[in-house]
Amino acid sequence: MAKAKKQSEQVNAARKAKHGGILTAVFTVLSLAWITPIFVVLLNSFKRKAYIFKYPFGISSKSLFGDGFEKWQAGIEKVMVGLLNYKNALEDTDFFNCFGTSLFITVGSVAAIILFCSMTAWYLTRVHTKISKLIYTLCLFSMVVPFQMVMFTLSKFANILHLATPWGIIVIYLGFGAGLAVFMFSGFIRSISLEIEEAAVIDGCSPPQTFFRVIFPILKPTTVTIAILEAMWVWNDYLLPSLVLNVNKYRTIPIAVQYLKQSHGQLDWGAMMAVLVMAIIPIVAFYMACQKYIIEGVVAGAVKG
Amino acid sequence: MEKSIKKYFPLFVLPTLIAFTIGFIVPFVYGVFLSFCKFTTVTDWTWVGLKNYTRIFYVNGELDTTFLHSIWYTALFTLVSMAVINVVAFAIAMALTKGIRGTTIFRTVFFMPNLIGGIVLSYIWLMIFNAVLQNFSKTIVSTQWYAFWGLIIVVCWQQIGYMMVIYIAGLQNVPGDLIEAAKIDGASGSQRLRYVIIPMLMPTISTCTFLTLTNGFKLFDQNLALTGGNPGKLSELLALNIYNTMYGTTGWQGVGQAKAVIFSIMVAVIALLQNKLTTSKEVQA
Repeated sequence: MAKAKKQSEQVNAARKAKHGGILTAVFTVLSLAWITPIFVVLLNSFKRKAYIFKYPFGISSKSLFGDGFEKWQAGIEKVMVGLLNYKNALEDTDFFNCFGTSLFITVGSVAAIILFCSMTAWYLTRVHTKISKLIYTLCLFSMVVPFQMVMFTLSKFANILHLATPWGIIVIYLGFGAGLAVFMFSGFIRSISLEIEEAAVIDGCSPPQTFFRVIFPILKPTTVTIAILEAMWVWNDYLLPSLVLNVNKYRTIPIAVQYLKQSHGQLDWGAMMAVLVMAIIPIVAFYMACQKYIIEGVVAGAVKG
Repeated sequence: MEKSIKKYFPLFVLPTLIAFTIGFIVPFVYGVFLSFCKFTTVTDWTWVGLKNYTRIFYVNGELDTTFLHSIWYTALFTLVSMAVINVVAFAIAMALTKGIRGTTIFRTVFFMPNLIGGIVLSYIWLMIFNAVLQNFSKTIVSTQWYAFWGLIIVVCWQQIGYMMVIYIAGLQNVPGDLIEAAKIDGASGSQRLRYVIIPMLMPTISTCTFLTLTNGFKLFDQNLALTGGNPGKLSELLALNIYNTMYGTTGWQGVGQAKAVIFSIMVAVIALLQNKLTTSKEVQA
């Protein structure tokens, strides 16, 4: 009996391993296919622009087997252009400046959202007045409203209030991102027992001390989640900064990409490929460095949202 | 204790409240007001009542179907993208929770496109689509259906990884002994899926359908960058249609704002309905 069971277990394990092996193979192929577009862009960023659409997936104008090695090699030299596209792209878009603007706006907005919204959420959760309730309800409501509803008035007001700068847009992002952040912080704060805070008060902490020394450190997991969700939003956002910022002076990366298309009569696809690669590199680097937090953040955000 | 916190309102709430007022409350209220006005900027308005709303559908006494077209095109796009993204993401999540070798790497790869923003993502695909389609003397905006499927591919590539991650977390939370029990009772693989896993996963499914639904309905960047609404406004989703109405021609800002009000109501109603529909199907373990 025991022997038979053991045997069947072995058969099962073998079947599972075989099954798993096939799945691994299937998913290896699928994963490669999944990131092919990124590699095609990388490859094309080194090609002369006239050849990008002629030979989108190859590196030479001649075939290695049909035309022979020498012609194939000459074909590569004809198609490939080295770093010229990158040089053009840097000149056309002032890319490093855009990168700096994007970084400044993202870091500034996320920091402001984390700091001010956690404070607000704590207050709204602990102080039960009608005003608290009203502000919280408005925050929830703002999460449903699409941006198109406020884009015209918002961009005009931002102009009137002189907020059309990277500093000013942080205020707008704080206002527009407050809904999600206040909602998620409030959800977490409600689960913190009041006794911790009472102990802090007995030890002589004022409310700001209680918040910054006791509550804020406890909020860390939610803080990471919100930071990641808001950073992904702000970094990639196109419409809000393109309407609010003075785009002749300040451009984020998405604006630079979109305006590359609009600036010339005909789009320079070589420069575009180079800009796309430069736009993707920092994201992939960030992803590789913080992958664990990003995926955890997305899951936590989805569960609460 | 509540009292001692209360007097710190200016420190704790005021900064957020001021930003929230500038960034949301005032633009929203004023936006609703302006939808009943003729204006070119926020200060030169004149009250016109419901005229903006009628001009969405009737221009100079003739029926204008652009907005109606955009509504059903958006609805169809949202439904198709929602179905494809959720089914594929769920299938991948099922496979990647079986403990096969390389799971972590596969998960990393599938999630990656999500971090690349809509604009950048769309130009990657615009190049690939047009490179492939030129062999057939077509482009991605040859017809509204090329544009439609192009947009579907782009949003699938972007969002499948995101939803997959959420489904994986959901699947890992389904108690293993529940599935074991079903196995012992003789339930087949598809029966376990149908009667145990999917009901237990209902909260996750409602989250993912909600996210894909609102993402689809509000889609803008990909539409702007990939098709620009071409050919001839036929691939304009609602968000882009509103944007083009507002910034495309002067004198139409009011109509654009009125469209935005209708759009907001639609989004709110759909979000509420969907929420009701799926939460009613949730079960307890």
